[in-house]
Amino acid sequence: MIDFSYTILIPLIPFFMFVFLGLAGWKFKPMVSGILGTTGLFVAALLSYYTAFEYFFHTEKILGAYQKLTGFNTVWLQLTDKLHIDLGVLLDPISVMMLVVITTVSFMVHLYSLGYMKGDTGFVRFYSFLSLFSFSMLGLVVATNIFQMYIFWELVGVSSYLLISYYYDKPTAVAAGKKAFIVTRFADLGFLIGILLLSWLTGTFDFKTLTGAHSPVITQGAGVAFMGLSLMTWSLILVFIGGAGKSAMFPLHIWLPDAMEGPTPVSALIHAATMVVAGVYMVARLFPIYFMAPGAGAGLEVVAYVGAFTSLFAAVIACTQFDIKRVLAYSTMSQIGYMMLALGVSGYGGHEGLGFMASMFHLFTHAMFKALLFLGAGAIIHAVHSNVMQDMGGLRKYLPITHITFLIACLTIAGVPPFSAFWSKDEILAAAFHHNKLLFLVEYIVAGLTAFYMFRLYFNVFWGKEKQYHHTPHEAPFTMTIPLMILAVASIFTGFIPFSKLVTSDGVAFASETEMMIAIPSVVIGLLGIGIAWLLYKKESSLPDRIAAGLGGFHKWAYNKFYFDEIYLFVTKKLIFARISRPIAWFDRHIVDGSMNGIAWVTTTTSEKIKGLQSGQLQQYGFVFISGAIILALVFGYLLIF
Amino acid sequence: MNVLNLFILIPVLTMISIILAKEIRYVRVIAAIGMGCQLVLAAVLIFTYLAIRRAGNTDEMVLTQTLNWFPSLNITYAIGVDGISVAMIGLTSIVIFAGIFASWEVSDLTKEFFVSLILLSTGVFGFFISLDLFTMFLFYEVAVIPMYLLIGIWGSGPKEYSAMKLTIMLMGGSALLLVGILGIYFYSASDGGPLTFNILQIAKVHIPLVVQKFFFPFTFIGFGVLGALFPLHTWSPDGHASAPTAVSMLHAGVLMKLGGYGCFRIAMFLLPEAAHEMAWIFIILTATSVVYGAFGAIMQKDLKYINAYSSVSHCGLVLFALLMMNKTAMDGAIIQMISHGIMTALFFALIGMIYGRTHTRYIDEMGGLMKIIPFLAVCYVIGGLASLGLPGFSGFVAEMTIFVGAFQHADTFHRIVTIVVCSSIVITAVYILRVIGILLLGPIKNNNFLSFKDATWFEKISTVTLIAGITGIGLAPLWLSNMISGSLSHIIERLTM
Amino acid sequence: MLNYGIPLQYFLIVATIMFFVGVYGFLTRKNLITILMSIELMLNSVNINFVAFNKYLYPDKLQGHFFALIVVAVAAAEAAVAIAIIINIYRRFSNINVEEVNEMKY
Repeated sequence: MIDFSYTILIPLIPFFMFVFLGLAGWKFKPMVSGILGTTGLFVAALLSYYTAFEYFFHTEKILGAYQKLTGFNTVWLQLTDKLHIDLGVLLDPISVMMLVVITTVSFMVHLYSLGYMKGDTGFVRFYSFLSLFSFSMLGLVVATNIFQMYIFWELVGVSSYLLISYYYDKPTAVAAGKKAFIVTRFADLGFLIGILLLSWLTGTFDFKTLTGAHSPVITQGAGVAFMGLSLMTWSLILVFIGGAGKSAMFPLHIWLPDAMEGPTPVSALIHAATMVVAGVYMVARLFPIYFMAPGAGAGLEVVAYVGAFTSLFAAVIACTQFDIKRVLAYSTMSQIGYMMLALGVSGYGGHEGLGFMASMFHLFTHAMFKALLFLGAGAIIHAVHSNVMQDMGGLRKYLPITHITFLIACLTIAGVPPFSAFWSKDEILAAAFHHNKLLFLVEYIVAGLTAFYMFRLYFNVFWGKEKQYHHTPHEAPFTMTIPLMILAVASIFTGFIPFSKLVTSDGVAFASETEMMIAIPSVVIGLLGIGIAWLLYKKESSLPDRIAAGLGGFHKWAYNKFYFDEIYLFVTKKLIFARISRPIAWFDRHIVDGSMNGIAWVTTTTSEKIKGLQSGQLQQYGFVFISGAIILALVFGYLLIF
Repeated sequence: MNVLNLFILIPVLTMISIILAKEIRYVRVIAAIGMGCQLVLAAVLIFTYLAIRRAGNTDEMVLTQTLNWFPSLNITYAIGVDGISVAMIGLTSIVIFAGIFASWEVSDLTKEFFVSLILLSTGVFGFFISLDLFTMFLFYEVAVIPMYLLIGIWGSGPKEYSAMKLTIMLMGGSALLLVGILGIYFYSASDGGPLTFNILQIAKVHIPLVVQKFFFPFTFIGFGVLGALFPLHTWSPDGHASAPTAVSMLHAGVLMKLGGYGCFRIAMFLLPEAAHEMAWIFIILTATSVVYGAFGAIMQKDLKYINAYSSVSHCGLVLFALLMMNKTAMDGAIIQMISHGIMTALFFALIGMIYGRTHTRYIDEMGGLMKIIPFLAVCYVIGGLASLGLPGFSGFVAEMTIFVGAFQHADTFHRIVTIVVCSSIVITAVYILRVIGILLLGPIKNNNFLSFKDATWFEKISTVTLIAGITGIGLAPLWLSNMISGSLSHIIERLTM
Repeated sequence: MLNYGIPLQYFLIVATIMFFVGVYGFLTRKNLITILMSIELMLNSVNINFVAFNKYLYPDKLQGHFFALIVVAVAAAEAAVAIAIIINIYRRFSNINVEEVNEMKY
């Protein structure tokens, strides 16, 4: 048995970096702090690779299945006799895979930011927040229990908030951060209630107990039903709401495009590669319950349909946007939709678990190529100081390295073989095909759309007519290009990792082969998308505008993101603030407090009224006294006589 | 000598030294030293307590001492602590220590100010160590009266109005309370024994249910007024808004906790059956105040009002959790008291410091303070994050303990109310982020603000002490939680009998 | 009952009339001096009663006389104090009308 207790260092190193940079970082030169942070992540990345190597190749398998190992565990808070929140490290194929993904991308982003953020006034703050995020994300994936996951879930939320609002003197950035936090917080409420329900039904937070294949807890809560679904299903749906919020699934997606206000490396790390897949990861983590708990199949249905709808919805919007980061953001949503869908259509165990494997596979490859796309976009923005496509064109001459790596990433996401996403997307399509033809069709169309909008972006930026630039765009410094190149290599080759041997639903390897039936059409539609983009955008032409005009209302609708922001604004500003909060504030001041003041008013008025009696005029008192005495005398006299 | 007596003695000595002090500038130094000793003493007490428990002592109260000071009515000076009161004493000493530093620059009637402030804290300390209803009530009044002077003299805005309102409402509460206490007193005789005010002895007596049901509302509402029970919370926004910084800190941080503490130590502990029967009414009221307070805070413009409503919401959560009457939820309630105490003290301290610079508390008139006074702004953000229940800070521990505990209740009504209460975490996030967004972030609105200096050394001591408290509990809550829940067993036993 | 000439009832009637004249004056007059005089009237009517009762009921005892003397002494002191106050009031307000001296009312 290998001792994995050192794995606790993987999250702890970034944590100490955060504390150290946060408290003492300003004492050094900014660059020193940056390099310190980067080194910390580098060490964490090396440790993760070592862990992955040890885990996948040197641990003992039982019945051919990878086991869930606890590297480290400590009780953090004892709640009831049964329920306790632990902090620890749980190692299983998906968490080890996530360790690798997170530390790799995070390290790349750290390195990249040394160049990208150079000279920024908040350089140290940026690095300490990045470390905080890395810590939280790593803590999330290694969670041994669902409550630990919730703890770090909140922490990634706040680090995302801090990083989106990084340029805090920009009102849009502040608003975007706030929006992101509150929308995800709203989703987390679902998550929290889900956890409460789940723990109440099963009496445990622990993942090992919860997801053990033959665990008795899974059958809990079957009997009680609410609105046609068992409580277990409800709890899983609620938990999924949390995941949907974090992963920007429809209809909780509105924060992600705005989150692009943050610095580009942040978008690459948090809003493309790692944090936004937390929802996928969580569903994967709880997958056995989703699949096996009685009646919980409905939960998976929800996951699948939400995923499919989001991927289509986001892909359509992505075709209409001009801000390159927003295009990428919608593309991220769309790809995460793929992963969710794959989980939703998956079965459990062996080849049945193809969807699960495909989802994790796609998560892995997506992290690499999407980080690459964002970092490439960062390099472009760095060169032309604009986010908008219309300001760009013909950049291939000026930014050769960025151009090549960006092209690789675009080909990858378009699903062109042999780039990595071809393999992973193919598995997803296959899984969908065997489960539900409708969902397959949706995803198939999305594959074409994806290729189209990515190449629309690509041609607009690197080809087309050259624009007036303030100064000649220049290639980024090597700290920025090296991560691009490394990630490009990763995008090409990660597709060859035998995921079906390593990361599967039950830990048992199975054989998976590319199904030509599905692979060929998907490549064809991908190429078709690229071809259309080539026709429309390779040369500057009025054709795209005419098509857009031809689509009329629909284009405008999609361009305005189907007016979801407006709906949300209406609900929050007009309904919640104006119809609930303001009346409550008024009610409190005027009714509740008013009644208190009213009591005081009654008291003072009454005393005002009767204070005349206490006039201080002795003569008045004397008069009353004497008249009283006389009256009494008369009364007694009357009584005595009669 | 019993170490607990020192908690009364040190403030008294400090007050005497302040009165005797020749120069004004010595006053605050003396106050700081005195309250520093108090803080150290509280730490010593915590360790002593843990050591006593570790030695296997399972008494309900430890470090007890009794002195019969009014034999004809059997009123005693009975003191003693359990894990809960130890925790509350720790909270009080942290807040008063920070409060002294936050009011470092009081220049008007300095001596009198510090004497009143410390007198107030004496009352609070006395309240937490007392085991005798009457003595407890006495200390309670000692804590409330200086509040009137502190707000009425050193306050701002409509201070006379606020001071009067606060005092009268709290006095109204104590009037109810007195009725309740006397009611309990006259039924406290066990089998022809003498009447007693001692809590531990009363707890052994079975008070008839009818009597319990009659006096429970008196005691519960009496303390509930102080604990900002809806709809008797309205003294809180006005009182806080007018009070000087340190007073707001102590008031929201500690005095409101007296309410919660009294609610369970007296109302629920001594009248358990009535508590069971009538809990549902108060559960609805407290759940309302949780959500209502949070919504009320969203649209406020004055920083202190925002925080006051937030306090209503958080203190509502305390009472709510207490009424759930199971170990976990009550444990969470106590942690929430401590957590909210420190957190809200931090907020009021920061608001006072910001107000001291900008001379306005309206958030619309400020903006971009992060650039001008980064230290204070960062502290404010930390306080805000703690308040919206971010893991790593004490608020999260408290809220989660409460929610999990409350949800374990066997009854569907309780679980549904819990879900309603849970929604406050979202609303809290909305108003906290709104304030942070308008006040601290964004562009600088007023160029006059550019000349502000960042925190001075005494302001730093004040805020750092409080932040250390929040993060300390937030990162390692287990010892605190164990200390509290250990002492709760006796209470739960009585509540479930 | 011994017959000394004037019967007791006559004294009592005179005293009663005096007393109620005093009461009337006390209640209706606004001038402080007059009020003081009314009080003196009442006191003196009581004195008459004291002396008369003493004489008719317990002729061999002197308590009634003593009381009357004490009342006279106290009334003198009282008049001195009252007049001092009245003079001060007059200096302060140039007025000794009770209804107008209401600085401390409420």
